[in-house]
Amino acid sequence: MTTDSKVPAVADEPLVIGGRQFQSRLIVGTGKYASNQEMVETIEASGADTVTVAVRRIDLDRTKEEGILYHLDPDRYFLLPNTAGCYTADEAIRYARLARAAGMSEFVKLEVIGDERTLLPDVQGTIEAARVLIDEGFKVLAYTNEDVVVALRLEELGCSAVMPLASPIGSGLGLVNPYYVREIKSRLQVPVIVDAGVGTASDACITMEQGVDGVLMNTALAAADRPAAMGRAMRLAVEAGRLAYLAGRMPKREWAVPSSPTAGLLE
Amino acid sequence: MSEKTITVTVNGDDRQIPSDMTVTEFLESLDLHPGLVVVERNREILDRDRYGDVTIQEGDVLELVHFVGGG
Repeated sequence: MTTDSKVPAVADEPLVIGGRQFQSRLIVGTGKYASNQEMVETIEASGADTVTVAVRRIDLDRTKEEGILYHLDPDRYFLLPNTAGCYTADEAIRYARLARAAGMSEFVKLEVIGDERTLLPDVQGTIEAARVLIDEGFKVLAYTNEDVVVALRLEELGCSAVMPLASPIGSGLGLVNPYYVREIKSRLQVPVIVDAGVGTASDACITMEQGVDGVLMNTALAAADRPAAMGRAMRLAVEAGRLAYLAGRMPKREWAVPSSPTAGLLE
Repeated sequence: MSEKTITVTVNGDDRQIPSDMTVTEFLESLDLHPGLVVVERNREILDRDRYGDVTIQEGDVLELVHFVGGG
């Protein structure tokens, strides 16, 4: 975490997932940008060192420049392949294997979607796929809903991180269930990364204030009017939220407590 | 290389390609860098170091995939 040198440092542990240390607690997607240049500028502004990518057929009739590796240096950014678009465990397993064969790493962001309208996860399919992939040596970061029991199951299976949603993918609705996300964080030993639904900087900040280990977002950046500016806003928000969590917020009360001395008032 | 051609399915479309082509030669013919492509042949992922040894056969179903932007 980068902080102003004048501010007293608050001890923080580095984020470690599956034995790999991450510099930033903000992970960003690479989809839906108007141009590759805009994507690169936004990722730089966000300070993220990990980016998600998708596995797709090469379009043989179009330019090869579509490939993300023409635009992002894998020595600079850790590429986290996803299984987005998969609706069954078998499909997700196939995509994960293809991603690993690309030679980047054994890490995969596992998504098994159960419903087209909400893109909510099929947790049964996710658990099935996670079991197979972990057995094959994958380091699985599992996208799931904010269900504490499912999160516990995914951890028991050996997932390297559990990624509950803030709200549906691409919705920008922010953190709809801070209580359950907090509960998941308090119950799990593995890192908890909130994935999907963050819309703006305050959402990212509130999410990090719950004590989770990181946030993953894509549309909030790509669909902003000025993506690079939002990238910087998100970087600051994630740092602010983390720092506020570490600082320990004041208790909430439903009555007022004066900030100025009650003694020494004039007669 | 002989004049004979074979029919294979590549990314969902049928294609005529010369027979006796290795995967390496096929990728070269498409101007694709082998290091940036993953090849699945008949549902089996091919190791990159085998691209030069594997000859594409009539009726093979090939998927050529790569990383694209995603969330």
